[in-house]
Amino acid sequence: MSAKRIFIKGNEAIAHGALDAGCRCYFGYPITPQNDIPEMLSSAMPAAGGEFVQAESEVASANMLLGAAACGVRAMTTSSSPGVSLMQEAISYMAGSDLPGVVVNMNRGGPGLGDIGPSQGDYFQSVKGGGHGDYRTLVLAPGSCQECYDLTFEAFDLAFKYRNPVLILGDAIVGQMKEPVARREALPIDPAEGGNWKLTGRGQRAPRILKSLFLEDGALAGQNLRLRDKYAAMAAEVRFEAFETADADLVVVAYGSIGRIVKSTVRALRAEGLKVGLLRPITLFPFPEAALRDLAGQGKRFLTIEHNLGQMVDDVRLAVRGLADSEFFGFLPGNMPTPEDFDAPVRAAVKGA
Amino acid sequence: MSEQLVFTRPEVLADVATHYCPGCQHGVVHRIVAECLEEFGLVEKTIAVSSIGCSVFLYNYILVDTVEAPHGRAPAVATGVKRARKDAFVFAYQGDGDLASIGMAEIMHAANRGERISVIFVNNTVYGMTGGQMAPTTMVGQKTTTCPGGRCLEREGGPIHMSEIIATLGGVAYCARTAVNTIKNIAQTKRAIRRAFETQINGEGFGFVEVLATCPTNWRMSSVAANERVGKEMIPEFPLGVFKDAAKEE
Repeated sequence: MSAKRIFIKGNEAIAHGALDAGCRCYFGYPITPQNDIPEMLSSAMPAAGGEFVQAESEVASANMLLGAAACGVRAMTTSSSPGVSLMQEAISYMAGSDLPGVVVNMNRGGPGLGDIGPSQGDYFQSVKGGGHGDYRTLVLAPGSCQECYDLTFEAFDLAFKYRNPVLILGDAIVGQMKEPVARREALPIDPAEGGNWKLTGRGQRAPRILKSLFLEDGALAGQNLRLRDKYAAMAAEVRFEAFETADADLVVVAYGSIGRIVKSTVRALRAEGLKVGLLRPITLFPFPEAALRDLAGQGKRFLTIEHNLGQMVDDVRLAVRGLADSEFFGFLPGNMPTPEDFDAPVRAAVKGA
Repeated sequence: MSEQLVFTRPEVLADVATHYCPGCQHGVVHRIVAECLEEFGLVEKTIAVSSIGCSVFLYNYILVDTVEAPHGRAPAVATGVKRARKDAFVFAYQGDGDLASIGMAEIMHAANRGERISVIFVNNTVYGMTGGQMAPTTMVGQKTTTCPGGRCLEREGGPIHMSEIIATLGGVAYCARTAVNTIKNIAQTKRAIRRAFETQINGEGFGFVEVLATCPTNWRMSSVAANERVGKEMIPEFPLGVFKDAAKEE
């Protein structure tokens, strides 16, 4: 890691992470609260020798991503909740065609037009596929500006490793706040990447077809089983932060910005001697279910905190099923949470035994 | 006397029977596209974008690198392909339901940006693959499975004339409407597709060719009657011609 530290927003960190990872095609459409990304890349991407297109819609930007991905070029699109809904068609086709690409969702409040503030209302859409058909995307959830940079930087490697879309699920908090971010040495562009599948024009070889239509008898079942195996293999990428969980009676589970804020709550309660810890999933798919199950096996109790009415809590309960349960506290969108907002629910859950 | 070969199948065209119905003209258009790719020496550097509808199986017949686009999105996918790989020759092949209905935004904006791509638009006034429903190009009075009494101008509006619309956009280098119902019109279609490809090769801008074609199955007509309908009904509604050629405006 180089010593270059810059003071930037999470949104800008995502743009820097993409550029440093060798992303050379960006397609976007304006939507709050992620506009810093297309605004920055409108000049930074051409300066890096890449392509920037402001698309006519998120439908189009995601399909441009599909086209660039088919050529084996590192490409990204970014948006926020209503726009990401429009991208689900292309994401499904990319999953069905085994195409790598990075999609960023700086989650805002919903449903519908919602608001432009932070929310975690898109958890289900992000981790359960999101579009039509039986598929998954890798989902990375940054909790800091540094993680915005690092996870975006690494998302491209993951996308190409699995030939699959990778979703970065941030929110209006992490996108708009500013922190010092250490940049890495930029990756060189690897012209050989995707060499055995990408479209280049057939040259002297047999033509390649990238498609998601499988009409022959049994062909789609075969594709579904192959994708199932791919999604199972992604379990190797699971990441999480465990904070003070070893001797905790209660483990709070929270991700992204909320995980970061809850960590302050946990730290404050620890100072009072309460035996509470935090498990912050960094990958939401794959979900850190083995780690949670292990903690459940040790007899710990769980409280899931989210910025919604309760979505990830389903996955926590599935992970610990048969051994434990999880309580839930939902902070509603429309307001900025502080560590104090979580003090009472965590305190109550610790004492609830 | 030595034999001279005067007519053969383009090598890039697969030597297989197509899934297209008898009297369907996709095969004629495929062949013209294949001939143009070979004549310009483009086969090895071509990336095709197939779309949703009967012609999704383009890749079974024109043997070039191909990506399958979601319904109506071929011009956006082709934009991504061309931006990622500027040295490639990129064409999209779309039907009228795909291009003029669900894909209206994508075609308009790719054309307006002047993307260096070529779009072949096959207009047969009906949704073919889904079984003959009303298309944006369905003619007033034409019966389909979703306008069984005939398309009604007051209720459903009239057919959309895409070539006339596309020609108004700044990024368009070439825009023409042709047909393949007669030998003369087939030759004209070949000239138009050649010119559209040429505009991409020369970096002049966006190239668009609308080809009027038959769908005997969903028109409930014989192949011969369907071909006659193109001349009698479609061409009067959708006049043939070159609507824009940037080279001739200079």
